[in-house]
Amino acid sequence: MMSKTRLDELNTNIYDFKNKDDYAYKIDKGLSKEIVEEISRQKNEPSWVLDIRLKALETYNKLNLPTWGPNLDELKMEEIATYVRPKADIKDKWEDVPTEIKDTFEKLGIPKAEREYLAGVGAQYDSEVVYHSIKDELLSQGVIYTDFDSAIREYPDLVKEYFSKCVPIFDHKFIALHYAVFSGGSFVYVPKGVKLEMPLQSYFRLNSPESGQFEHTLIIVDEGASLHFIEGCSAPKYNKVNLHAGCVELFVKENAYLRYSTIENWSKNMLNLNTKKAIVEQNGQVDWISGSFGSHISMLYPMSILKGDNSKTEYTGISFAGKNQNLDTGFKVVHVGKNTSSVVSSKSISKNGGIATYRSLVRILPNATNSKCSVTCDGLMLDDLSRSDTIPVNDVQNSDVEFSHEAKVGKISEKAIFYLMSRGLSEEDAKAMIVRGFANPVSKELPMEYAVEMNRLINLELEGAIG
Amino acid sequence: MSSLLEIKNLSAKVKDKQILDNLNLNIGKGEVHVIMGPNGAGKSTLANVIFNNPQYTKTSGKVIFNGKDITNAKTDEIARDGVFMSFQTPEEVEGISVFNFIKTAKQKITGQNVYFADLRKEIAKNMEELEMKPGMDNRDLNVGFSGGEKKKNEILQMLELNPRLAILDETDSGLDVDAIKLVSKGINLFKNDENAILIITHSTKILEMLKVDFVHILIDGKIVYTGNSELAKEIEENGYNSFKVGE
Ligand SMILES: Nc1ncnc2c1ncn2[C@@H]1O[C@H](COP(=O)(O)OP(=O)(O)O)[C@@H](O)[C@H]1O
Ligand SMILES: [Mg+2]
Repeated sequence: MMSKTRLDELNTNIYDFKNKDDYAYKIDKGLSKEIVEEISRQKNEPSWVLDIRLKALETYNKLNLPTWGPNLDELKMEEIATYVRPKADIKDKWEDVPTEIKDTFEKLGIPKAEREYLAGVGAQYDSEVVYHSIKDELLSQGVIYTDFDSAIREYPDLVKEYFSKCVPIFDHKFIALHYAVFSGGSFVYVPKGVKLEMPLQSYFRLNSPESGQFEHTLIIVDEGASLHFIEGCSAPKYNKVNLHAGCVELFVKENAYLRYSTIENWSKNMLNLNTKKAIVEQNGQVDWISGSFGSHISMLYPMSILKGDNSKTEYTGISFAGKNQNLDTGFKVVHVGKNTSSVVSSKSISKNGGIATYRSLVRILPNATNSKCSVTCDGLMLDDLSRSDTIPVNDVQNSDVEFSHEAKVGKISEKAIFYLMSRGLSEEDAKAMIVRGFANPVSKELPMEYAVEMNRLINLELEGAIG
Repeated sequence: MSSLLEIKNLSAKVKDKQILDNLNLNIGKGEVHVIMGPNGAGKSTLANVIFNNPQYTKTSGKVIFNGKDITNAKTDEIARDGVFMSFQTPEEVEGISVFNFIKTAKQKITGQNVYFADLRKEIAKNMEELEMKPGMDNRDLNVGFSGGEKKKNEILQMLELNPRLAILDETDSGLDVDAIKLVSKGINLFKNDENAILIITHSTKILEMLKVDFVHILIDGKIVYTGNSELAKEIEENGYNSFKVGE
């Protein structure tokens, strides 16, 4: 017989391995002008960046915590180190990355994925990017894929033109925090007409306890270009709170296409307060595929601004809230241009007292005539302890639109469980199969390897019930 | 004949409502039994109670299958022991293909790995026998299936899982004559000397296409009369009134 603890270890250790908290530099805990200036000094960055940081800090101090959503009392900025530089410089060959850090990414399957089906990879460890690489043929086509610090140095004009123009520093308190202490992240520029066949992937690993990760991802897909970008995140579990407040800014130009896929799998002590937004020009399209796993609290609402006429967006998301988890996720869309269209499909699973909330905003502006928006959300509760809510805000400001919203929340069907069990499946297997089926519309949108990964995460979350 | 299923003094309730009342039934290997009875008599309840559907509570009695007491066994164990039930209203389950469902079920029931290509071929052949549309096994389990398609899908599963005892709960009801013919064809393909079938039905159509050994009349949670296939014809003509206790 296996003991309970043994099973728990087995279930989590794929992501939950800790390396020693061994860093080259870790800033004092807390948040102050001195700390922000010190981060800037450590990063040796131009003064315009520091100016933004300081303005963001001021904004942060002025803004209040959100009055809605999960309770964030546990977040004490004075207990969080906002900058941790790993003992590694950025490299473009895995063999040059220090062994322990390289092993971390090996365990997460990143170099293997790069060899098999990615066009480029970025890997961040705590606050800095330790590996970044892109296939040569893409370089010769003018594709830029690099870490954010290098982008600031090497492409200052391009970065300045776009940085904080999609997600402004005053959007909300945690984005102000982000801009004050941001570090790492990826920068992507796909030139006009260039269509990438294989995806790029950036992976963010937070190893250091009582610290935060604040990576900034900025992607520009120029006219007629196309890109699939994959983002992955994880962290080992500690007893104290860790914080993730990343920012993703996406610019999708005329006739361009961007697919942004994420599987976030945070440890259960993480506060994940992440901001992602896309601005889509005429005939452009951005599709979001979002899997939110882990974290103690998540507040994550990717947003598409359909600025140009005929622009489109699709959002396919799933979240899994288990014991002691409050996942507040959803999608926001603003229809600005004419003939714009959005299709939103959101799913949540809650178990063992977990709370999964779908919170959304659909705003259709007066000029966005002949636009279409359809929203479906499904909540699946695996027991009576768990909760699943939908909180939609719909603001339709013109009458020439097709808008539909459908929400379904319910407990896993006892009849379906019985049906599957009558075919020889155990109760656990039956439930797992139903949950995987429920998640299938999302996994179908992911590349095969990531779909497998997501199914594995779902199984891990379900097996947690044994302990 | 050696006994496959023995039900002794079985009583059961759902919520606070007593439905089965000291029911007795014996089914031997190689036999085909039919249960007929008015709506609400407890026919589906009997099938569910044999399978220990947690919605129902057994209040007395025993169920012995193939010499093993399965009175308190879990549903999945009973299935692995070789009992199958074709549902009166099969559940729709999203995101799971018929093929993957059958593959998983077959692996659980046989305890052996099932090879993708072999199963593909086998399922295709059985689907052809049942005149199911090609590619249906790639669709989500019962989702958007017509009534007839759902019932054929149940028969397909029966053929694939090859149980010792198949309980078919109104598999023929709501089907047109052609569909009933195909379902009977499936049943005849399945049937052999080692297994047995319990058919719950309202109509005698399907009985004309099968060789039936016993017909039982179930009223108010009891089997009130047992006869041969002639009995079915009598009910077709005169209804259940003459069997009702105290009337
Ligand atoms: N899950 C249930 N909840 C409440 N009542 C039920 C349930 N299942 C069956 N019943 C009741 O039990 C009686 C027998 O039903 P059933 O076994 O389905 O009859 P039959 O299949 O013979 O038509 C009916 O009165 C029915 O309403
Ligand atoms: Mg019935």
